[in-house]
Amino acid sequence: MQASLSLSVSNPAAIPRSSHGFESSIPFPSKPVNLRFCGLRREALGFSSASTYPLSTSRSSRSVARSNKVSASLGSANGSSSAPKSFDYDLIIIGAGVGGHGAALHAVEKGLKTAIVEGDVVGGTCVNRGCVPSKALLAVSGRMRELQNEHHLKALGLQVSAAGYDRQGVADHANNLAMKIRGNLTNSMKALGVDILTGFGAVLGPQKVKVGKDTVVTAKDIIIATGSVPFVPKGIEVDGKTVITSDHALKLEFVPDWIAIVGSGYIGLEFSDVYTALGSEVTFVEALDQLMPGFDPEIGKLAQRVLINPRKIDYHTGVFATKITPAKDGKPVTIELIDAKTKEPKETLEVDAALIATGRAPFTNGLGLENINVATQRGFIPVDERMRVIDSNGDLVPHLFCIGDANGKMMLAHAASAQGISVVEQLTGRDHVLNHLSIPAACFTHPEISMVGLTEPQAREKAELEGFEVAVAKTSFKANTKALAENEGEGLAKLIYRPDNGEILGVHIFGLHAADLIHEASNAIALGTRIQDLKLAVHAHPTLSEVLDELFKSAKVSL
Amino acid sequence: MASASSSLLSKVPTSSANTISFSASLSPALPLFPSQFHLRRHRRTGNALRVQSKIREIFMPALSSTMTEGKIVSWIKSEGDLLSKGESVVVVESDKADMDVETFYDGILAAIVVPEGESAPVGAPIGLLAETEEEIAEAKAKAASAGGSSPAPAPAAAAPAVSPSPPAPAASAPPPPPRPADGPRKTVATPSAKKLAKQHKVDISKVVGTGPFGRVTPGDIEAAAGIVSTKPNVAAPAVAAQSAPVAAPKVASAPSTPALPGSTVVPFTTMQSAVSKNMLESLSVPSFRVGYPITTDALDALYEKVKPKGVTMTALLAKAAAMALAQHPVVNASCKDGKSFTYNSNINIAVAVAINGGLITPVLQDADKLDLYLLSQKWKELVEKARAKQLQPNEYNSGTFTLSNLGMFGVDRFDAILPPGQGAIMAVGASKPTVIADKDGFFSVKNKMLVNVTADHRIVYGADLAAFLQTFSKIIENPESLTM
Repeated sequence: MQASLSLSVSNPAAIPRSSHGFESSIPFPSKPVNLRFCGLRREALGFSSASTYPLSTSRSSRSVARSNKVSASLGSANGSSSAPKSFDYDLIIIGAGVGGHGAALHAVEKGLKTAIVEGDVVGGTCVNRGCVPSKALLAVSGRMRELQNEHHLKALGLQVSAAGYDRQGVADHANNLAMKIRGNLTNSMKALGVDILTGFGAVLGPQKVKVGKDTVVTAKDIIIATGSVPFVPKGIEVDGKTVITSDHALKLEFVPDWIAIVGSGYIGLEFSDVYTALGSEVTFVEALDQLMPGFDPEIGKLAQRVLINPRKIDYHTGVFATKITPAKDGKPVTIELIDAKTKEPKETLEVDAALIATGRAPFTNGLGLENINVATQRGFIPVDERMRVIDSNGDLVPHLFCIGDANGKMMLAHAASAQGISVVEQLTGRDHVLNHLSIPAACFTHPEISMVGLTEPQAREKAELEGFEVAVAKTSFKANTKALAENEGEGLAKLIYRPDNGEILGVHIFGLHAADLIHEASNAIALGTRIQDLKLAVHAHPTLSEVLDELFKSAKVSL
Repeated sequence: MASASSSLLSKVPTSSANTISFSASLSPALPLFPSQFHLRRHRRTGNALRVQSKIREIFMPALSSTMTEGKIVSWIKSEGDLLSKGESVVVVESDKADMDVETFYDGILAAIVVPEGESAPVGAPIGLLAETEEEIAEAKAKAASAGGSSPAPAPAAAAPAVSPSPPAPAASAPPPPPRPADGPRKTVATPSAKKLAKQHKVDISKVVGTGPFGRVTPGDIEAAAGIVSTKPNVAAPAVAAQSAPVAAPKVASAPSTPALPGSTVVPFTTMQSAVSKNMLESLSVPSFRVGYPITTDALDALYEKVKPKGVTMTALLAKAAAMALAQHPVVNASCKDGKSFTYNSNINIAVAVAINGGLITPVLQDADKLDLYLLSQKWKELVEKARAKQLQPNEYNSGTFTLSNLGMFGVDRFDAILPPGQGAIMAVGASKPTVIADKDGFFSVKNKMLVNVTADHRIVYGADLAAFLQTFSKIIENPESLTM
C-alpha cells in the first residue's frame, strides 16, 4: 500500500502527457490518464488459494470490520430508498469490459451469484476498440516491416519479392479478431453462469442498480467498471473520416499518405508503427518537450532512435493543437499549433488526416452517482486503495466499488481486471490491496517496449525521500544469442534496484518480444522475490529470457 | 558490465605549426560493443606519433561503423576543469547510442569547440585539452580560429580527415537554438521529404512541391538533389534496359571463370534474380527486330503544350503504342504454348523503370481506353508505388506489350529483350535534330528518333511488325489523335 501511494505521488509529471493543457491545469493525484493498453486476462491471477474459507463467516466478519468506517454516506443517499433486505445477486458489475469480465469470472469462482450489465457490446474498449484490434493491425505492420526490410532479409539469406497489402483484408483481420475475442468473453461468462443484463446500468441507490429504462436489480455489492472513451480536447472537430480517434483508426477505413498523430503516448506510438508500415508518413504533435514522456528517459531515447528517427516520421514538441479542421472542399486537414508555454501561435500544419491520441476520458456520465452523493473528479470516480468508492464528504460508500479506467488509477485493461479480482477477494473474506507497482505495461511497437514499477527518475526521487540507495543494471539484446539469431539485436533491458536488499524497483525493456519478457520482473515484484534469489533461477538457452537472466546477474547486491 | 574502449590518435599540423596529437576514448554503456577493432587500428597509428605540443584536441570519435557525425549531448566537464586520464569528459550521441567519451591524458579542458546540442563530423575537434594553465590562452585562441584553419591531415595520420569547415563557433559563444527550421513559412513538406532534404542538403524552400496541395514530396527532393533513379514526373522515367546485349546471358551461363583477385561478389537482390530469370527465359523465344525512324517535331510540340497539365512523355508514348496496337492486335498477342495465338482482350502497356539497382515494369492497363491525363496520373501513382515497393503483382506482371525508353541518356538506338509472355517490346531512343531530305530534294532539320521493336516471330511476322510501326509512326507524326 505504501508503495502504491508513493507511485501516485511521484508520478504526476506523467499526467499531462497529451498535447493539451486540460489535464495539467487541474492537479489530481492519479495515474497518467492516457496510459491504456491491454492484456486480456485468461485466468485468475492466482488468488484461488483463498477459496477454502467458509464464505458466510468470512463475509460477516468483513462487514463488521468495515462498518466502523462507512456510516455517514448512507443517510444522505437521496433520502429515497433504504437498502433492500434480500438481494437478486451477490454482485452486480456495471460494464462488461476486460475489468468487469475479470471480476465476474473470479466472483463466480468464489461462489458469488453474479450479474454483469452492458449497455454496448461485451468486451468494452479493449476488445472492441482498443488493444485487441490494434494488436491485429500491429501484427500486420510487424510483418510488413520485416518484408520491406531488404537489408534485414538479406542478412538472413531470404529473398522476398515486393510486399504489398490489401487494406480491406487488414481491416477485416482486426475486426474478425475483435469479434472472436468478444465471443470468447461472452461464452466464458455464460458458461460459468454469469447473468449478462443488457442495457445501460445506473446506480439507483445503495445496493440498487437500474438496467436500461425500468428494470431494477438489487445486489449485495456493486462494482462500477464503465471504462473510458477517447478524449478529444476542445477545438478539435472529429469527423470520423479525416480527423479521427483510435475508435475510427482501428477500422482502418483508409491509409492516408500523411497523418498527424496528436499525442505521442502508447496509442500514438502504436499507430505510428502501423501507419508507417503501411506506407504513410507521420507527424507527431506532442505538448511536452520530448516525445514519449511517460517512459523511462533512457528507454524513451533509445526508442526514439529506433522507432521515430529512421522512419518517415517528424514531430513538433512543446506545442498544443488548438484547432483541427477536417479536410473538406478540396482542402487538407489543418492543425493550428501554439507554443505550449508562451501560447503564441506557431504554425499551421496541412496533412491528409489527423489521429487524436491525447488520452482517454472516463465514461461515468449517467451512472446515477448523484443518487449516492458521489462527485467525480474530472470524470473519474474517487476510490481508496481497495477500490471502495469515496463520496463527496470523503466517506466510503458501502458496497460500492469502482475499477478500471473509470477510477483512473492505472488505465490498463489488465489493471482493471486485477482491481476487479482484488475487490472480489475482499468481498469473499480476504483483505487484499493490489500493488499497482507490480502491474506491467507494454507498447506493441516493433520492437516492443515494456515496463513495470518505477522509472529511474521516480526511483531516485523515492530513494531521496526514504533515504536508500538506488542502482541501475543494464543488458543489451546484442549480447543475446536468440536475438542475434533473429537478427534483432537492437534493444536494452534496464533494472532499477536497491543494492542494499536486492529489491526490484523497476524494470524497463525495449527490444524483441519485450512485452512477453516483462512478466518475470512483474511477478518478482508482485511476489517480493529479491534479485539475489532470481540470480539463481535457470533460464533455457538460448532464449530471449536470458536477457533478463543476465540483467539480474549483472546487478550488484551487497548482501 | 563489459566495456570496450577505443582511441583516436593522429597528428595534425595546425596554423601555429605545432603538431597536435589528440585523443578521445569511449566506454560504451552497452556490452559487446564491436569497437575493439577500432582500438587496434587507432593504437597502431598512435605509435607513429611524436607529441610535440601539449595542447591536444579532443576529437569526435566514431562510435559505430555507420556513424558519420555525432551530437554533443552534454559536456560533463566545463572549461578550466582538471581532467585525469580515463575520466569521462563529454557525452556524445551517435546514430545508435549515447556514450561517454573519456580522455586518455591528464590535463585541463581548455576550450569547448563544439557546444552542447551541436553536431560535428567524426574526426572533427570538439574540444581542446591543455597540459598546463599557461597553455589555456593559447588553446582558446586556437579554438577561436579553428573554423578558418582547418588542418590538413599529415601523411602519417590515419584518422578521419577533419571536415573542411568544422562547425566551430567560438568557445564562448552561446549555443544557438538547435532547431530553427520550423519558422512560419509556406512550404509544406512531408516528414520523409524533410529527412531526405537534410540528408542531401537540399534547401526545401527552393523546391517546388508537386504533391497534393502543392506539398513537397520525397520525389521532389530527390529530383532537386539530382538522384536519377527515381523521377516520377519527368518526361521520360529513368529506364534501364531489358535491353542488355543478347550475348550477355550466354556469357553468364558459360563455365564460370575464376574471379580476379580482389573482386567482390554481390548476390542478386530478389528483383535482380527475377530479372535474370526472365532474361534467360527469353532465350527460348525466336525473336527478331525491326527498326523505324520517326519524326517527332509534332510530338515535341504537343508535349510542350500538355506538359503543364501533368502529361508525361511516357504517357504520350504509351498512348501512341496502345492506339497502334489496337489496329494490330497480333502485336499485342502472346504465344503461350508454341501452338497458338493468344489474343489479349486488353492493351496493357508495361513500361520499364530502373529503381534502386533493379528493374521493374509497372503496367498501364487499358492504355488505349484511358485519356492522356488519366494515363499520366496513373503512371505517376505507379511509379510512386514502385518506389515504395507496394506494387501489386497485377500492376507489374499484366503487361501485354512493353515500352523501354533510354532516350534521356542520349542513346540513339538499342534493342530490347522480349519479356516472357509478351509478343513484342519497343525500345525508344533519343529524339535528335537530323538533316532530312524530302521527296522534292529540300533539306530540312527535323527531330528524329529511332524505335526498335523486338518481337516473337512465332506469332508476329516481319510484315506485321512493319505495319504496326508504320501506324505507330503516323500517330507520332500526327499526334492530335492522342489527345482525343
